[in-house]
Amino acid sequence: MDKRMSAREAVAQIEDGMTVGIGGWGPRRKPMALVREILRSDLKDLTVVSYGGADVGMLCAAGKVKKLVFAFVSLDFIPLEPYFRQARQSGAIEVMEIDEGMLLLGLRAAAWSLPFMPTEVGLGTDVLTHNPQIKIIDSPYDDKEWVAMPALPLDVSLIHVDRADFRGVCQIAGPDHYMDDWFARAANNTIVSCDELVDTDFFHDPARAREVFWERSATSAIVEAPGGAHPSSCSPRYGFDVAHFKAYAASAKDGGINAYMEQYLGADEAEYQRNVGGLEAITSLALPTY
Amino acid sequence: MSNAATEYTLAELCIVASAEAFRYDGEVLATGIGVIPRLAASLAMKTFNPDLMMTDSESFLLSEPNPLGERPADFQPATETWMGFSRIFDNVWSGKRHAMLGPTQIDRFGQSNTSALGGTYAQPKVMMLGARGFPGNSISHPNSFFVPGHNDRVFLAGECDYVSSVGYNPARLPKGHALDDIDIRRVITDLCVMDFGGPEHQLRLLSLHPGVTAEQVQENTGFALCIGDSVPTTPAPTVEQLAIIAALDPHNQRASQIAGNPPGKRS
Repeated sequence: MDKRMSAREAVAQIEDGMTVGIGGWGPRRKPMALVREILRSDLKDLTVVSYGGADVGMLCAAGKVKKLVFAFVSLDFIPLEPYFRQARQSGAIEVMEIDEGMLLLGLRAAAWSLPFMPTEVGLGTDVLTHNPQIKIIDSPYDDKEWVAMPALPLDVSLIHVDRADFRGVCQIAGPDHYMDDWFARAANNTIVSCDELVDTDFFHDPARAREVFWERSATSAIVEAPGGAHPSSCSPRYGFDVAHFKAYAASAKDGGINAYMEQYLGADEAEYQRNVGGLEAITSLALPTY
Repeated sequence: MSNAATEYTLAELCIVASAEAFRYDGEVLATGIGVIPRLAASLAMKTFNPDLMMTDSESFLLSEPNPLGERPADFQPATETWMGFSRIFDNVWSGKRHAMLGPTQIDRFGQSNTSALGGTYAQPKVMMLGARGFPGNSISHPNSFFVPGHNDRVFLAGECDYVSSVGYNPARLPKGHALDDIDIRRVITDLCVMDFGGPEHQLRLLSLHPGVTAEQVQENTGFALCIGDSVPTTPAPTVEQLAIIAALDPHNQRASQIAGNPPGKRS
């Protein structure tokens, strides 16, 4: 089964009002080429589920988001994501603010077709005060109360990986695959962009096959997008673009998202890359030191 | 102490005082978020608690803490296992972790806020990070706090604007839980060291940094502190501790953690 398609074809499968999970973590290995394609589309009223970075900030600022399911939104070295803050401080979006681990449990419940996962995480905090839809239950086995973290089923997940073949075998060669496997499993339709398209026999090396974190049946579409995580990182290929993130953050104070998109977004990924200095500049970005 | 240093910065004093929080932890993952907590956990592992487990702040656990900042091209981290973000929760929920973090607000119950200030929940005046992992950390394992600027906006008079982490608040105690299940360890600030060991888990002054008075700490705290008759002075770093800190922080990132990088002994 050949799952290859263009970013535009893949994003055309998303409909207004859908719930969209986005892989990666903060400024790390975000499917930004796919996010940019959403920015170019007429999509609206999305529910976005993300360990958020600029993906969340951009989509909020561009008016694509009705509701955000999140634990944090951050660019790491710029701790507070400027456009996410604006969206919250202007009351522009609904939110389901939960703990990082609760988000993981919600994805797992969806992946396993369970209605909820029991946990003590969230008890005693405002996570529960502000999310009355999250129920507290008694245990059949002890006298404590427990949080019933509801499943977070996703209509679509967007993920960026290092390499993939045409059938949807996806390799994450970097140090962390984050929660991407659970985003892939929790979604009806998992769209994966890859820095490099490879032949199937690339994975006939067990060490490489160990870097494949979900079966290809959990991948619906493959989009070839070299440099597609920019301005987020795709370790070990390239780091995040500090200068670009600074310009992005500055645009929130002066000009807004329309000025940012006017300057960088372009009509397609090729034009975007020309606007940010080219693919070679992206793949030359130094890896961050933690 | 015979080998106590005579010259040290307040940041270095805070690192040493914060390291004490990990002294009796045994074999747990020490997570210090931020330069001073990270150096504190690293110092504890290098000296009095070698059983600590250490993160590289990205995706591996280390047998030896990494120095902060840029490292030589041939630097080899002492990795011992993989600890990506999904696996972090296997560790967190096992309780085998002690985190030291710097929330924006800490109230008299030890509840903390990392999310939002002022306004309404639908439209906060100042949006910050979000709840992050604080709800899970606080109910699963011990936590300590580091506050680089001790004032009554951090240690506020009322309850936190948003409660990210559970504290000793009877009104929020989950059914089947006891207040003693909650385990907040040390609170280290630029003025003093505290814990929640006062009557009914009241925040208690343990030691004052050199040149700081108990009155000064109380004035900068929005609620009543438990203050004993004689509060000791926070011990100065030893010469050996300063050398280890310098090796762990070769680019002197610690110098930019407390406004003005003042000396540890204030007059």
